[in-house]
Amino acid sequence: MIPELGHFALILALCLSVLLCTIPLWGSWQRNVTAMALAPNLAIGVLVFTTLSFACLTWAFLQDDFSVEVVANNSNSLLPWYYKFSAVWGNHEGSLLLWALILALWTCAVAVFSPQLPLVMLSRVLAVMGFVGVGFLAFSLFTSNPFARLLPGIPADGQDLNPLLQDFGLIIHPPLLYMGYVGFSVAFAFAIAALLGGRLDAAWARWSRPWTNVAWAFLTLGIMLGSWWAYYELGWGGWWFWDPVENASFMPWLAGTALVHSLAATEKRGLFKSWTVLLAIFAFSLSLLGTFLVRSGVLTSVHAFATDPARGMFILVFLGIVTGGSLVLYALRAPAVASRVSFTWISRESLLLVNNVVFLVATLTVLFGTLFPLLMDALGQGKYSVGPPYFNAVFIPLMALLVPFMGVGPLSRWKRDSVRRWQAELLVPGLVTLACALTLPLLHTGDYNLWVALAVLFAGWLVVGLLRDLANRVRNSASLGAGLRRLTPSYWGMVIAHVGFAATIIGVVLTSQYTIEHDLKMSPGESDTLAGYEFRFIDVGAVQGPNFVADEARFVVYRDGREVVRLAPQKRRYLASGSVMTEASIDAGLFRDLFVAMGEPVGVDGAWAIRLHYKPFVRWMWAGALLMALGGFMTVADKRYRRQRTVAREGLREGGVRGAQA
Amino acid sequence: MAPRLKLFLPLVIFVVLAGFLYRGLSLDPMELPSALIDKPLPAFSLTALADGRALTRDDVIGEPALFNVWATWCISCRAEHPYLQRLADTGIPIYGINYKDEDQAARRWLQELGDPYRANIVDREGSLGVDLGVYGAPETYLVDADGVIRYRHVGVIDDRVWRDTLEPLWREVLAMAQEP
Amino acid sequence: MRASLLGVMLLLSAYAAAVIETYEFSTPALEARYQLLSEELRCPKCQNQNIADSNAPISQDLRRLLHQQLEAGASDEEILEFMVARYGEFVRYRPAFNAVTAVLWLAPLLLLLAGVAGLLLILRGRRQGGGSLTADDEAQLAALLKNSEKDA
Repeated sequence: MIPELGHFALILALCLSVLLCTIPLWGSWQRNVTAMALAPNLAIGVLVFTTLSFACLTWAFLQDDFSVEVVANNSNSLLPWYYKFSAVWGNHEGSLLLWALILALWTCAVAVFSPQLPLVMLSRVLAVMGFVGVGFLAFSLFTSNPFARLLPGIPADGQDLNPLLQDFGLIIHPPLLYMGYVGFSVAFAFAIAALLGGRLDAAWARWSRPWTNVAWAFLTLGIMLGSWWAYYELGWGGWWFWDPVENASFMPWLAGTALVHSLAATEKRGLFKSWTVLLAIFAFSLSLLGTFLVRSGVLTSVHAFATDPARGMFILVFLGIVTGGSLVLYALRAPAVASRVSFTWISRESLLLVNNVVFLVATLTVLFGTLFPLLMDALGQGKYSVGPPYFNAVFIPLMALLVPFMGVGPLSRWKRDSVRRWQAELLVPGLVTLACALTLPLLHTGDYNLWVALAVLFAGWLVVGLLRDLANRVRNSASLGAGLRRLTPSYWGMVIAHVGFAATIIGVVLTSQYTIEHDLKMSPGESDTLAGYEFRFIDVGAVQGPNFVADEARFVVYRDGREVVRLAPQKRRYLASGSVMTEASIDAGLFRDLFVAMGEPVGVDGAWAIRLHYKPFVRWMWAGALLMALGGFMTVADKRYRRQRTVAREGLREGGVRGAQA
Repeated sequence: MAPRLKLFLPLVIFVVLAGFLYRGLSLDPMELPSALIDKPLPAFSLTALADGRALTRDDVIGEPALFNVWATWCISCRAEHPYLQRLADTGIPIYGINYKDEDQAARRWLQELGDPYRANIVDREGSLGVDLGVYGAPETYLVDADGVIRYRHVGVIDDRVWRDTLEPLWREVLAMAQEP
Repeated sequence: MRASLLGVMLLLSAYAAAVIETYEFSTPALEARYQLLSEELRCPKCQNQNIADSNAPISQDLRRLLHQQLEAGASDEEILEFMVARYGEFVRYRPAFNAVTAVLWLAPLLLLLAGVAGLLLILRGRRQGGGSLTADDEAQLAALLKNSEKDA
């Protein structure tokens, strides 16, 4: 019964979404306040029924209702309850329902937290999001119904959740990632609503900016978690593979990063309006494209869901309508003439443009590289592979190009600045950074590493730029504390996010350059030393988990004769599926990770193939991403985004339906 | 360019991209054509499964034939076997490449299931397999009278595969061989 | 495309068990090249994995071959040519630069040049344009500013 209830709730949610994307839109044209005022209520209705539907599916998983196909295929009675819970979105159908749920959440959040928005604008924004909701709910219902039953042949037990997904990281990675993906639909909806109304102005940028920052922050967290999960779960210590599915989440992030910065210029200076709108469309379209790539099977990926051309066709048509439609609207309604705001070559505007150019080129490069095998195949040129060597070779120089400008960005002035001032501010700290960068790699034993020097220089350059600007801002205050308190949350958010970027540079480069990896045959009692850490192999024991059995190797790590940590990697065999999995054991640290994973037994004397890793600064990469996300969230606390309802009424009066001004 | 016109540029790019994506839906990214198409069958010097005598490239070329890569550990090969027998019964020469297998097990397999092969080349180390670009069994190569590889099929040959892809090519190769 | 859910799950499970092999190399330089090359060669049978990380039998074979060839003194180019001759361009994660892939390798540079050209055009336009906010913009900003003041 419960699954049918869920199914029914899903149908109702679809019906309400259809109403949401039609009635308020019609109302906004007819200036019918009643019709427009329906939008928030409908948004809440969609959320209620999508939540109900999701709850029903969750119930089916928790109750081991193996008559439901997705439960039978992706769960097992032996599974601990929390993995039964996360198994809800560990499959195509359920994850799609999660998509729809999160979209409903965002829609409702816009409805509830935007009292300052003119009703015309609000109803249009919600209608656009309702339309996206129609697409995904219909996709779920018509091609990937999560409530399909296996009747009459109900299996006695489920086939189990893929062991790779039985992990804490995978409980929270998809929801966060989807919060980001779907969150860009808000920026998108604001852009479309503005195009529909023909009003692309600073107010529009101010409204959509906090939503965009939050979505970007969620996406940052989601990608970070995915990378972290790959690192500890896949068993060979890698953290980014440039797989099509990873790129599918990275492209919206890159475009979103450009959007976040371009919105700053649009809000503060009324600049680049058409451009910002285009970026908003672009970022969300890339989210949809990602969904297409992950679920259609046009590209091969290790992470792909069960693929199905019918599903691919559905998303492609939907992508065509959403992106194609909005680009038509853009071509017809976006202002064709640039606003006449002026600025000079040396100004914050120019630097933001540099940011946009670099991130756009990076996005398009990743897009082109990801799709290149498909393009060549379609053109009959044969099969090609584009992998990490290509992406690293083109992506890293692009980021290196960005950093010199990024360091100056925070202390640059709008409209007009001067190189002389930049020199005065940054020449000395820049030289100090250079000196540090050149000497720091000497601390590392072994050969002098130029890449590390460069990374320290880049990260240091970003940080001194920020510190200099902070110093300038608090200089005239009575006390340091007072000065710091006067700074706005959005300024702090920027500082923290930029520091995060610097930390990520350090983490990525130092890990790549200084990692030591030993793959070797070890017997109990033997030991191996890397980077001063002695890994002693004690013994192997058998371990029984809730739904697996495992061999566990026990290691003690010593440094200078003192015990540092005990590590116990496992080789697990999951009972339901019989699949074998490597469970690495990691000692995490601020400056280094120690990593042990076990392969196969070698020979007959109890020896095993063992992988030992010493990974310096690997945590900095994820810590940097965390800081970036934190910065994104922080900007929302800014006062200017919280205004009173009174304004909304004014807005309704003046913000009528005007034609395109161009 | 008129200012308005250039705003259509993103739309144009998107339409082209969507066209490719649509095309992509009907392509299989996992299908990998052999790198040896229209190249000669690689030379080898191995033994025959039945009697252990030496076999080289010259012993197996001269007329159009199928070269079937198989092994007893390969589950799909068992599914494919009866159909190969049927093809052999119609007079099509099939050579087996017994890929990374045990001779004993392979001989038993042929005794139990029947032997559709003209001869079986024992490739215990997989060296011929590597030269052919084999990446899994079963795979079947269509080789013409001059010893040139014309086609590779990856996976099980069944009636549909034979009729839709292999048979037309086979006829072509036969026709070419009969020309003076 | 027709991969069933089960099929995908099986492939993913193959992905889960780490590949740890213990080849002996005569010099550390060879070991480093082995590492690089095994990460640049794509497993022809897998979903999307290099031969270093894949447990597929073909990857084991190719790793053994790679080890043999390195020890026999083959150059990187020779090894890559050997692999491409048998398994096609598909096995290279770093596509060779040729007439077809030129567009791939030059794309970032061309895009960047286009971006910089666009940037310069915009900047030049802005400088000559001079002027200030349009009346419309000014009204908008004024309204916004008024509101923020009310807030503060």
